[in-house]
Amino acid sequence: MPRKTSKTHSADAIDWPAAIHSALKSQRVRQVSYVPDAGHKRLIELCHADKGMTAVPLTTEEEGIGLAAGAWLGGERAALLMQSSGVGNCANVLTLAATCGFPLLMLVTMRGETGERNPWQVPMGQATPEALRLAGVCTLRLERAEDASAVANTAAKVAFEEQSAVALLISQQLIGVKSFEEKR
Amino acid sequence: MNALNRRDVVASLLERRDGLLVVAGLGTPAWDCTAAGDHPLTFPLWGAMGSACMIGLGLALAQPKRRVLVVTGDGEILMGLGSLATIGAQRPGNLSVVVLDNERYGETGMQKTHTAYGIDLAGVACACGFADSRLVRTNAGIAAVRSGVYRGRGPLFFQIKIRPDALPLVLPPRDGAHLKHRFREALLGEKAAAQ
Repeated sequence: MPRKTSKTHSADAIDWPAAIHSALKSQRVRQVSYVPDAGHKRLIELCHADKGMTAVPLTTEEEGIGLAAGAWLGGERAALLMQSSGVGNCANVLTLAATCGFPLLMLVTMRGETGERNPWQVPMGQATPEALRLAGVCTLRLERAEDASAVANTAAKVAFEEQSAVALLISQQLIGVKSFEEKR
Repeated sequence: MNALNRRDVVASLLERRDGLLVVAGLGTPAWDCTAAGDHPLTFPLWGAMGSACMIGLGLALAQPKRRVLVVTGDGEILMGLGSLATIGAQRPGNLSVVVLDNERYGETGMQKTHTAYGIDLAGVACACGFADSRLVRTNAGIAAVRSGVYRGRGPLFFQIKIRPDALPLVLPPRDGAHLKHRFREALLGEKAAAQ
């Protein structure tokens, strides 16, 4: 039976979305906004189920930059979930982080990397780290499921304790590759 | 012809403002709010066009016991129309959005915005699930806007038609970090430093 995604063996063994959710909890993140990605499916479900969090679906990723700024003004911490194609939608509003020093924690599932089957995902995926750097956002990488907790905690501490903009880029190898085969 | 003066409208909404938290969209709405009195609990935007409503939403969710008002323009909100759908999905009871609609991009040469071509912003907000959404053209209507902002069950949306006047610039501080810090200190007190 064809599978929708093919995952690395470590991703099957470790529940890395739950580890990220736990890290967000321990870092007192209260507002979690997102434009969905298949790679974020479980984390989105965990955030919706968490009574200590408000999950906010967005129409476009840049809305989450404003939401996070407003949350911080009100004394709450926020995180923003998206896939790498959404990074391109955020460029101008990232000025909130650059000029005001609003903390920003972005969790970005990568497309356009190893095994990508959709060529339309490649240009933005390949440009994502550099686009973030140009906008003043520092990037961290998550490649292996067993590192999820430590890397997510580090990203949150950099964002909130140093009041800076951080994107945690989650490798496509970890998430799995969309196969474009029909489910049967 | 739109009759209302934008400075008068904003002044009447912000007088005796108590604990009201205000986000001012970039351009003339930010100058209008500053003309009504620079205030630490007003966060004026100098950029990030299209973000005012979302900043208001994040603030409203974080401070459910405080009233939150977004004062912005027709051009600014047109850049982030999707945020009205996002607010409608959350339905924060403490959030109001006031759009000062002069049907123009006032800071860039008075070019017509979509509202000059009949696009119905109040209708969009209504369709997005705002609890109440009104088009306001008269001074008599402003009293109802004020009542909604301070006491109504949100989210509320008021599209206020104003004259396309070019008024003197009344500028808020430009330092974004300062604007952020003073807002948090005024709202959160000692907890502002605790992050």
